[in-house]
Amino acid sequence: MNLSLASLPLGKAAEVVSVHHTPEMQIRLFELGMTPGCPVRCIYSAPGGDPRAYLVRGTVLALRNADAKSVEVRVWD
Amino acid sequence: MGLRRRQSGSDRQGKAPTVSFVGNPNVGKSTLFNALTGLRQHTGNWTGKTVENAEGFCTHRGSRYRLVDLPGTYSLAAHSPEERIACAYLGSDRADAVVIVCDATALERTLLLGLQVIRRFSRAIVCVNLMDEAKKRGLVIDLDRLSARLGVPVIGTSARKKADALRLMDGVEALLAGEEERPVTPDAPVDTAADYALLEEICQDCIHTDPTRRVLDREALDRFLMKRWVSLPIMGLLLLLVFWITLFGANAVSSVLSDLLFAALGWLERAAEAMSLPEWLTGPLLDGVLRTVAWIVSVMLPPMAIFFPLFTLLEDAGLLPRIAFRLDRRFAACRACGKQALTICMGFGCNAAGVVGCRIIASKRERLIAILTNAMVPCNGRFPALITVLTILLLALGAPQAGGLLPALLLALVVLFALGATFAASYALGHTLLKGMPSAYVLEIPPFRRPQIGKVLVRSLIDRTLYVLGRAVMVAAPCGLLIWLLANLRIGELSVLTRCTGILQPFSELFGLDGATLLAFVLGSPANEIVLPILFMIYENSAILLEPSGVGTLANVLFANGWTWKTAVCFVIFAVLHWPCATTLWTIRRETGKAGLTLLAAALPTAFGLLLCLLFTCVCRLFGI
Repeated sequence: MNLSLASLPLGKAAEVVSVHHTPEMQIRLFELGMTPGCPVRCIYSAPGGDPRAYLVRGTVLALRNADAKSVEVRVWD
Repeated sequence: MGLRRRQSGSDRQGKAPTVSFVGNPNVGKSTLFNALTGLRQHTGNWTGKTVENAEGFCTHRGSRYRLVDLPGTYSLAAHSPEERIACAYLGSDRADAVVIVCDATALERTLLLGLQVIRRFSRAIVCVNLMDEAKKRGLVIDLDRLSARLGVPVIGTSARKKADALRLMDGVEALLAGEEERPVTPDAPVDTAADYALLEEICQDCIHTDPTRRVLDREALDRFLMKRWVSLPIMGLLLLLVFWITLFGANAVSSVLSDLLFAALGWLERAAEAMSLPEWLTGPLLDGVLRTVAWIVSVMLPPMAIFFPLFTLLEDAGLLPRIAFRLDRRFAACRACGKQALTICMGFGCNAAGVVGCRIIASKRERLIAILTNAMVPCNGRFPALITVLTILLLALGAPQAGGLLPALLLALVVLFALGATFAASYALGHTLLKGMPSAYVLEIPPFRRPQIGKVLVRSLIDRTLYVLGRAVMVAAPCGLLIWLLANLRIGELSVLTRCTGILQPFSELFGLDGATLLAFVLGSPANEIVLPILFMIYENSAILLEPSGVGTLANVLFANGWTWKTAVCFVIFAVLHWPCATTLWTIRRETGKAGLTLLAAALPTAFGLLLCLLFTCVCRLFGI
């Protein structure tokens, strides 16, 4: 099942399918490890659900939901 | 495939070979660098600490090396100002060897930059740092295998161990002594996705997890801390605690320091008298310049020497990025960047430092919002005056000679007011002058780390405190001369100072202040610490700055000159919201490169402050209070 990263439920693991953002942000997200195939998991969020923190290749990255929307992920069964 | 000829250290006769350190932010790069050089160089547990190259020398086994610490960067495709510095340096070919510092607990991610550097530089060595943390998490890393796979030497270190840093230098020494040059491909196209695929495979090959180790759920603490009703009280308590420790500690040290300095000054005055130096020389020099400097040092040094280390402790523990994360939504609503929370925190220490800190914000529009509003949070220089006037306010309202907690609470309230003003101004800017959509950004949240208390104390004292103090003294010295001249030059019967007070009086009354107070703020522009002393000096009709005295004496002087609790409230509002000090303005001019923006940075808080004072005074009059 494909979702946007912003709607990935808390605690659920998924893998990155694609990133569609401004070229600059796309490069940045790639560098930070969000390349296709990379496992991600949403581990916690700020009160109100935005921004959220994701575990990516052993590091914790915080993204605003507006930006996380541009990342398509496939949920692991 | 190209071969790059490189001058090794031994080729350059008499010149120490240059070894540069590169790595992602937060991998302990600067800590390693410090362990080797012992140079004053500050490391923080969040992105963008090293904003310019730090350099130092280290002597290892009789050879001298020049070490360069480059700003943390995620890759060689530069985006932010600090990354550009790192890339420009690496591109300029000035390094004889490059040490790539990686994080053992996130090897895949931190080796991406390593891979790029290895391809570009022939003399590269990989340092897998934080091995102790990896071990705690049950990760076993086969360094020999990693070295074979990467084709460069690999050294494992724990940043806190000096012996490990020395082993790293052994590796660098061997690398520089080596004859053969590893072939490099500096112009190969960058393919991040392919690099990660390769790194995944290498890491699978070299990292094993120890199944007997129970891995702790490290996110549980964060999940708990991020609950709405947990994070708010904790942030509030932290704020209160930091201020209370600063005030309480500073008070004691301040009085000792001022006794010492003014005793020394008295001795100098007597010595000058004994040598019968002329009045035109001793007046401006001793009463003007030295007296002002002594005031500033005794009032400014203690709170800074306490606040900055405390701030650094919070920073090193990894708390600040979490505060930024927690408050991000508020900043998003202002169309500003969440990292502004970090620059605001720095602003509590020193607004000039906060303005420089704004470099961590990549978007120009959002950086400007952060710069223009930074001076709306009171810095250390304004706290002493705020506390004194808040205590006087309590006295005026009839509170008994209150102990430490009531003023501290009131101060926390003032800080909340300042934060509210910052958000309001950011919102206003983000929706008018600096309109635009919030830009995308990623904030890396480092793991909680135990700060190195001893090192923190020394480093933040030397780095921040002495640096800020030095600048303040530089600005205060000429200002002391000016104040002395104003107080001692006479037009007719009255001094220039008294004449200026008279001119400002009608205007000031509109805002619930008096001419003397406004003039004190104007003359206190070089450093806000001297606002109250100047005011005291004007009221007492003295020709020199008086020695610091107790709150009681000061309160009597103020009340005798027509102060009421309303004047105290207006003073507090205006002390929080007025033009930034000269040092901060000068820093803003340098950071933005535009005189117009500097002017705006001065006009914005002043207009805001005057408006609130006017409003307060009108409301009071309306209700006949």
